[in-house]
Amino acid sequence: MKFAVIVFPGSNCDLDMYNAVVDTVGEQVDYVWHTATDLSGYDAILVPGGFSYGDYLRCGAIAQLAPVMNEVRKAAAEGKFVLGVCNGFQVLTEAGLLPGALIRNNSLKFRCHPVGLRVENANTAFTRDYEQGEVVTIPIAHGEGNYYCDEETLAGLKANGQIVFTYDGANPNGSVAGIAGISNEAGNVVGMMPHPERAVSELLGSADGAKMFTSVLNAWRERNGAASTR
Amino acid sequence: MKATVYVTIKENVLDPQGNAVQGSLQTLGFDEVAKVRIGKYMELTLDTTDRAVAEERVKAMCEKLLANTVIEDYRFELEG
Amino acid sequence: MAQQAPAKEPTVQQIAEQKIYKQFGVSDSEFELICGFLGRQPNYTEIGVFSVMWSEHCAYKNSKPLLRRFPTSGPRVLMGPGEGAGIVDIGDKQAVVFKIESHNHPSAVEPYQGAATGVGGIIRDIFSMGSRPIALLNSLRFGKLESDRVKYLFEHVVSGIAGYGNCIGIPTVAGEVMFDEAYEGNPLVNAMCVGLIDHDKIQRGVAKGVGNPVFYVGPATGRDGIHGATFASEDLTAESEAKRSAVQVGDPFMEKLVMEATLELIDSGIVLGIQDMGAAGLTCSSAEMASKAGNGMELYLDEVPQREEGMTAYEMMLSESQERMLFVTEPHHEAQAKAIFERWGLHCAKVGKVTDDGRLRLFHQGEEVADMPVKALVDDCPVYDKPSKVPDYYLKNGSIDTNRYEQVIDLTDALKKVLGSPSLASKEWVYSQYDYQVRTSTAVVPGSDAAVVAIRGTRKALAMTTDCNGRYVYLDPEVGGRIAVAEAARNIVCSGGEPLAITDNLNFGSPEKPEVFWQMEKSVDGMAEACRFLDTPVIGGNVSLYNENAKGAIYPTPVVGMVGLITDIDHITTQEFKAEGDVIYLLGETKAEIGGSEFQYAVHGLTEGRPPVIDLAVEKALHGAVLGAIRQGLVASAHDLSEGGLAAAVAEATFGRGLGAEVDFATHLRPDLALFSESQSRILLSVKPEHAGALEAWLAEQGVPAQKLGVVGGEELVIAVNGHTAIQAPVNEFRTEWKEAIPCRMQ
Repeated sequence: MKFAVIVFPGSNCDLDMYNAVVDTVGEQVDYVWHTATDLSGYDAILVPGGFSYGDYLRCGAIAQLAPVMNEVRKAAAEGKFVLGVCNGFQVLTEAGLLPGALIRNNSLKFRCHPVGLRVENANTAFTRDYEQGEVVTIPIAHGEGNYYCDEETLAGLKANGQIVFTYDGANPNGSVAGIAGISNEAGNVVGMMPHPERAVSELLGSADGAKMFTSVLNAWRERNGAASTR
Repeated sequence: MKATVYVTIKENVLDPQGNAVQGSLQTLGFDEVAKVRIGKYMELTLDTTDRAVAEERVKAMCEKLLANTVIEDYRFELEG
Repeated sequence: MAQQAPAKEPTVQQIAEQKIYKQFGVSDSEFELICGFLGRQPNYTEIGVFSVMWSEHCAYKNSKPLLRRFPTSGPRVLMGPGEGAGIVDIGDKQAVVFKIESHNHPSAVEPYQGAATGVGGIIRDIFSMGSRPIALLNSLRFGKLESDRVKYLFEHVVSGIAGYGNCIGIPTVAGEVMFDEAYEGNPLVNAMCVGLIDHDKIQRGVAKGVGNPVFYVGPATGRDGIHGATFASEDLTAESEAKRSAVQVGDPFMEKLVMEATLELIDSGIVLGIQDMGAAGLTCSSAEMASKAGNGMELYLDEVPQREEGMTAYEMMLSESQERMLFVTEPHHEAQAKAIFERWGLHCAKVGKVTDDGRLRLFHQGEEVADMPVKALVDDCPVYDKPSKVPDYYLKNGSIDTNRYEQVIDLTDALKKVLGSPSLASKEWVYSQYDYQVRTSTAVVPGSDAAVVAIRGTRKALAMTTDCNGRYVYLDPEVGGRIAVAEAARNIVCSGGEPLAITDNLNFGSPEKPEVFWQMEKSVDGMAEACRFLDTPVIGGNVSLYNENAKGAIYPTPVVGMVGLITDIDHITTQEFKAEGDVIYLLGETKAEIGGSEFQYAVHGLTEGRPPVIDLAVEKALHGAVLGAIRQGLVASAHDLSEGGLAAAVAEATFGRGLGAEVDFATHLRPDLALFSESQSRILLSVKPEHAGALEAWLAEQGVPAQKLGVVGGEELVIAVNGHTAIQAPVNEFRTEWKEAIPCRMQ
């Protein structure tokens, strides 16, 4: 399986995402520059956190116009696996690949700490190795992670099982319905504010994020009929 | 020609920054402040004299980049 | 030589006759010297350049004689003071690079940008050495957390640090924040950056190779921050507010691009010399790079990217616009360098040439506008041995017996007061605004004695901390200086590391005051002695003087930034108790030492007497014993005893996992003094019961006094003295006081 980690000017969790792939599933992974115009060789596209283009204007607003995003849209339409984390989530909503938007935390402060996350949908490609309803510990680190959508969209998210993660316990940012992560209708595109790539070893305080990576590998293997060796 | 673009958070979307400023104003004794909404103000200098074209282009700019219509409204004025 | 100054600039004659140089902090005698070096009177650009190069900030003219007292070399030191940052070997051809720097005065005027650009500046110092920045730390001081102004400064300094560090993607892993009236109106904002480097990648700021081109990279130069270095070398007055234009605005996104491009450029092997444009911008970087190579430099100012129209030579040379670098390469590498920067969306401009005449010559609009000897700028600033005088307060304090305070009976309440004092309280409100995990190497997050950052691909990790108790230094600068170093080292040891070296940030009042100069002298002596004793040389640092408010000088605050090496990640140790039944030990001796303590301040409302004494031989033996025990795998938790003494240390150890403790302290001292004394060279350990015997035997062999205090367990914290319960309450009660103290005040 081959992973792409997209790098925009100002991405800063690209390294962490890359290392997480190496450390959890050990599959091939490349950094792909924002100017790239071909993602056909990749099975999963990871849009990492950071401050793409300084988060100027709005988080993700400028990044979504980068040449590589046309390829990401294409990959998503083809059913490839796409994961956006933190700033990556913001980019995917700005790009229209996921519904809603992320606005400033209701505390108006950047918040960095571990949170409890409830797995609301363990059937997506990125969450299949979790148990439905399981609570895991994964850190957040964002200033604009307050998920917003209108009621109609929210009803749609609920009806289609597109809510992937919710915050367990205190809502750290004011998100609608405590939403921490969502998927598109097809389920192959997932965006989330918490950082699973920061929770892949006990040395970092939690290894609960590792299953995001093993999940997508298993999903890919199933799709491609390869024997699941893990 | 100069375009002045105003981007504001939609009426029905929470504006935490606006709420915080409202709270601070009230603390300072400005009790008459019933609501604060915070937005963005942008000045664009356009290399064109055709008002109709400018109108259309700036609208496109707002839709494509300057505002996120999921959460924001925009309006603009053209001068010159 | 063009002597025609633009209309708005004073002429050569006016500068001399009207003594305009005095506005720049240049004295009459210094002006005479400058005229001597030039062989004529300086024009406006030249006096501007001299004034910043000869400011305290750049020339250390008041502190140099003191800085020479520090030990700066050692078997591991690869680069000492003088470059952007010092470098220490950590084995496997790897090295750690670190430095601390202050941005006190800019932060007092515009806290968000002042703090943010302080962080930006120190990061540039690290990556301009060729090193990848891996962690940020800080050390902050504010007035009492009561007034709106202090809260405003605190809130915005913290968000400035967060805004810059989070965006650029370097984790802010540790720091310290203290509040005291002494810092009212003159907060201290010291930022430290730590980087990693391979030995063969180390860069220096040298303008090598006569005829080579000099390149400028980064955003265009504007009129911001002109005379920042001079600003940092003056008292903060009411006029400071009016000097707001002297504060620069930071762009962390730009710095991220400059950093990545610079590291890529250095990696390509074509850089001959590189330096960031920090204080005094283009002036300092060009003069220092030329000086270090023994060369000269010509700068063509029309080529300098400019953000504003009509900028003069003077303005361009003195601008402190942020995120800019200067580097030298060979002419045939120009295209390669440009291509690297263009990939990152940056332009680099050829702005000068290395020359062999030892002069800094500036050309603007077809004319030579300045011609100065590099050596005069960099090396020939006069150094002053300031008069020194023992302050009256110090003499008076000698006769104050701090043990004569009326005995405090309700020690549960006293502990709550101490834990709820903002200086000692949980700093979660602060560090939860910092991204402390980006780069996924932070093994020990903020809140423990020292932060630990693992080095990927090895078993090694780095422990790092900043430390200084300004109250101790105020009460006795020499002892306080020793303690600052010793406590930093103790923090490193408690986290499982071996102290390597320090960087220091000497924050003092005006050196023109003999009493302040005495504080400087004595504290440097104390620090130097401790550095020698603990084998932690000073590899770089920063001096910030003229930190004064209406009531006088701040507490002398020589902040120590220390880095230690953890040879195996299995040795990483944290302060919180780990398991029910673990046995708790106190190492070291407790004396009745309340002077300068948090107990004295929070409970008695005083700061007086003498601070705790320290015996560096005892301290060193303690470090060896604890590090040995950790490396043998005997230790479950280790926590240094500092502010708040034994009572606070035990309480803090219960907070991490909410595990209570029952301890009984055998002592000949009065209970309040025994539990809150801040005697030095003490560490609290907890060990699994099966390791207790081995630990006791090991400590006895090492000659380190230890007392078994009790065991971990339950939901209460119970502290008895000689069998009589002195403190008792649920852990949660204490934790709430400690955790809520700052958020409550900031609501």
